[in-house]
Amino acid sequence: METKLESRVRQTRVILNSNYAAAYAVRDADVDVISAYPITPQTGVVEKLSEMIAEGELDAEMIHVESEHSALSAIIGASAVGARVFTATSSQGLEYMHEVLHIASGMRLPLVMAIATRALSAPISIWNDYSDLMNVRDTSWITFIASTAQEVYDSIIEAYMVSEDPRILLPSIVAYDGFWMSHTYEPLYIPEDRKTVLEMLPRRPRYTLDPDNPITMGSIVNPDWYYEIKYQQVEAMKEAYRVIREADAKIEENLGRVYKPVESYLAEDSEILVLTYGGIYGTLQTAVDLLRSEGLKVGALRLRLWRPFPARDLKTLVEDAKTLIVVDRAISYGASIEGPVALETIAALYREGLYPTIASFIAGIGGRPVSEDDFRDMVKKALELGERALKIGSIHWGVRGAEYE
Amino acid sequence: MLNIGETIEIRFHGRGGQGAVTASIILAEAAGIEGLYSQAFPEFGPERRGAPVKAYTRISKEPIRTRAPISSPDVVVVLDPSLQPSIYLQGLKSKGLVIINSKRDARSIAQELGVERVVAIDATGIALRNMGVPIVNVAMLGALVRVLEYISLDSVAKAALKILFNIKWEDNLELLLKTPSIGEKILGNIRAMVEAYKSAEVLMT
Amino acid sequence: MSWRELPIGGIILEAGNSVKRKTGDWRVLRPVIDQERCVRCYICWMYCPDGVIEIRDTPYRTKAGRIWNITFEIDYDYCKGCGICAQECPVKAIELVEEVK
Repeated sequence: METKLESRVRQTRVILNSNYAAAYAVRDADVDVISAYPITPQTGVVEKLSEMIAEGELDAEMIHVESEHSALSAIIGASAVGARVFTATSSQGLEYMHEVLHIASGMRLPLVMAIATRALSAPISIWNDYSDLMNVRDTSWITFIASTAQEVYDSIIEAYMVSEDPRILLPSIVAYDGFWMSHTYEPLYIPEDRKTVLEMLPRRPRYTLDPDNPITMGSIVNPDWYYEIKYQQVEAMKEAYRVIREADAKIEENLGRVYKPVESYLAEDSEILVLTYGGIYGTLQTAVDLLRSEGLKVGALRLRLWRPFPARDLKTLVEDAKTLIVVDRAISYGASIEGPVALETIAALYREGLYPTIASFIAGIGGRPVSEDDFRDMVKKALELGERALKIGSIHWGVRGAEYE
Repeated sequence: MLNIGETIEIRFHGRGGQGAVTASIILAEAAGIEGLYSQAFPEFGPERRGAPVKAYTRISKEPIRTRAPISSPDVVVVLDPSLQPSIYLQGLKSKGLVIINSKRDARSIAQELGVERVVAIDATGIALRNMGVPIVNVAMLGALVRVLEYISLDSVAKAALKILFNIKWEDNLELLLKTPSIGEKILGNIRAMVEAYKSAEVLMT
Repeated sequence: MSWRELPIGGIILEAGNSVKRKTGDWRVLRPVIDQERCVRCYICWMYCPDGVIEIRDTPYRTKAGRIWNITFEIDYDYCKGCGICAQECPVKAIELVEEVK
């Protein structure tokens, strides 16, 4: 992300964690209905929103529910009658929502959800990884992965812009690292006057449940038409890429911040590129500086957009590199390459006709810190293994006793 | 004074309930008021009163990119003197500074810990005198700000009011101070901070 | 028609369009009301899962001379022949007869 010094909208500098940044974005988007169930590390988002509603800063309905399954169901109902809605969750909460995630996207409702990512039980871990998010990649939700509190704020505004676009009408997820971001205070800029945000988010007509003009939603569909209706989602998800780029341009124009589906740092002349996602991108950039000072031509890439997958952007950035290292924070058990983003990246590059040497690493599982030194050592390990790296599958970084030969 | 060359990394050590995490956030907010970049986060875990707690603050003139926990701090702030020195001295830079809640003098602490730079402050005494409770975080911040360049006591006080009491700039502070339920608490915190700022014993060689 | 023309998400834009689908040809057994025995108790009307028992303002005079102001009739366009009405009728006034003889 780059920040331009001047933006159309006047902004104020605040110190917030990513949970609170999400809450401020929801407030500024003038959301009508919120429903959520508390789970660490997401709870701060809805705590803050409850406070805002109590203090009259936000005129919204907060529906208290007994589970995440109900939280998502409640906002599906509210969205179906035309409300702008929001929920947030983590880990098991997202898993408990799973079947409803498909219903939300299948009904083409423009919901927005924040996810403070967290490892999955068992064993119980409240700490961060991306296993929860990766499990919902096939639910037809547009998925952004932010790397700063600023980006969490901007992405939630952008998510409403994209989801509510009549060409799209799919729900969106804005994910960020549980704890590493959800509980980290850092500076960001937010608009002084929320009217300027609302100008970016006009209420647009869509099909809603209205007793005066009755329609039916969520009906059964026989095999003769079901596939065509699901194919509409395939097309909407592809189209979402273009609409996201338009929204990126509007964010740049109004708020002065530049976002791309794949962010890059010193990638242009790099022979070695490291691709990752979420908050550790900052740590990776520091590691790149370290490696450059040692004479290695290394650059960093960050996947900001997970669904739809930005295959072409990745191609353009990787084209001139010899080695691509993918650092995942989730495990696809039993897969040929166990890092989910590595798997997807390899498929995308094959599609685009690029065949760099690829190494897949998995790190940071269950909240284990990933430092600059870890990234440096991963790069060195990948260079040492060369073509052999991918034969291993994925390298489980720092696991005691794990051997690869 | 500690100069913010590139980034200054501060690690807070305390026990659950003493306010170490809140102190790290107040400091980040104060740095924000000064127009600096900052980052604050706790060592994550289920919160338990009395258990050892770590929190981190980074302050810089440039945007902060790394999110790794601080392993070699410039400063450690020790809210609880009963913690094992091996825990809070871990990774401390060779010219690193120890700011410690202690009734003892800075020189004897420095000798015992084998470090050169110490700020000693009886934060527990100050907190009890001014606030009636042994919550030492604002007193520790008062002592810290004595040696921290670019961050004024005024900014830390403003940040503390915002984080501890949710006081916004547009609020009428005078009126709040006269409100019995909150006025005494605000004043107690500010007095503790100022007393610590003034009475901290600084040993910097 | 392709996926492009379909309303998204399987939404049905025309409320109450189920009347267009006549389900009467599913029937094997046809319920027939014996107007002589029927006591106009409304029980068949209440139990019918498809709402095809219709109440008509047509008066009926029984052979014994009793006059009813209303008549119950079955809408055979939609009756699926489930037989619930015949089962529930307290005076056994509804008989199920084979549709195809």
